[in-house]
Amino acid sequence: METTISVLTETAWSPYVAGIGIGVLSWLSFLISGKPIATSTSFAQTSGMIEGVISGRKAGERPYFKKIKTRIGWQWMLVLGVIAGAFISALISGDLQTNAWVPPLWASAFGDKALTRVLAALAGGVILGFGARFAGGCTSGHGISGTLQLAVSSWISAIFFFVGGIIAAHLIFHVIA
Amino acid sequence: MNGEKSESVIDRKADNRELLTGLGFGILFGFLLHKGGVTKYDVIVGQLLLTDFTVIKIMLSAVATGMVGVYFMKSMGWVRLSLKSGSLGMNIVGALIFGVGFALLGYCPGTIAGAIGNGYLDALTGGLAGILLGTWIFAILYPKLKKGILKRGEFGDLTIPGLLKVNDWVVIVPVVTLIILLLLLIERAGF
Repeated sequence: METTISVLTETAWSPYVAGIGIGVLSWLSFLISGKPIATSTSFAQTSGMIEGVISGRKAGERPYFKKIKTRIGWQWMLVLGVIAGAFISALISGDLQTNAWVPPLWASAFGDKALTRVLAALAGGVILGFGARFAGGCTSGHGISGTLQLAVSSWISAIFFFVGGIIAAHLIFHVIA
Repeated sequence: MNGEKSESVIDRKADNRELLTGLGFGILFGFLLHKGGVTKYDVIVGQLLLTDFTVIKIMLSAVATGMVGVYFMKSMGWVRLSLKSGSLGMNIVGALIFGVGFALLGYCPGTIAGAIGNGYLDALTGGLAGILLGTWIFAILYPKLKKGILKRGEFGDLTIPGLLKVNDWVVIVPVVTLIILLLLLIERAGF
């Protein structure tokens, strides 16, 4: 029992243990819920719900929001669970961050001003969110759940996520910085 | 009337169970993402800069494990695949745009939820707001994109074995073997 607990309170596991764990989790989500693990649709549903709150009934009428149905479902709860799960793991391993606005790697290239980093994250988030819905999935829906099902759409997406990401990261850190 | 009422109660119970199982899967997923280290900007951007291979190690071992299990359960008739249909326009252009955002934000939709749980405030503020804004912009432009670029080179919900017209395992065995070889190569290269 002691060893079980000490494993849970370790900050980091081998990436292979985490990866195999996620693979096994995907078996269970197919078996129990009949669904693959995915996350990005929930962000679009949330943006539709926010538009609905701000502007009355209009949001649900957009064809895209009609297609994905702006309601809280299995996947939306999964994303909420990810926040909770990471929080629990960080808390019990003493890795919960406080006042962490600027990641060290970002600070090494662009300085430690919080505003610069938040604005970059905002711009990056807009591009990422748009791209995720354009491609019909993200690193979990396409990158893990789709590729493990051998879906052609997901293999193409996963490869180009990294092609775009690797080129952009090199430009950001070696040309712009 | 009574029948209707009890049915709606059952529906609601089924709904609640579905929401709870979703939450449960999320908690386990988030726990594993944090333990794997991918709720951190430095690890994700390190992968894109090709200095830290944690992301690829996690993804490939998850994919290999998941593939064998899910296809085994499919062959037993226990599960059905849930495939995303696609097109070259959607998946190449969309994924390249995603990649640029991935590099600038340093999190993806799943890992940003994990980063928020981990306490990273750039994720909670700019990052989360940005993703919500980006998906909303897509929803606005969707009616136009739907008829144009998203339809370009459409191929539907095809799988690789379906494309090659072979048995599933003819693809799974070599793909899993290649994944293991690639991971061994990454380890041997010292990453």
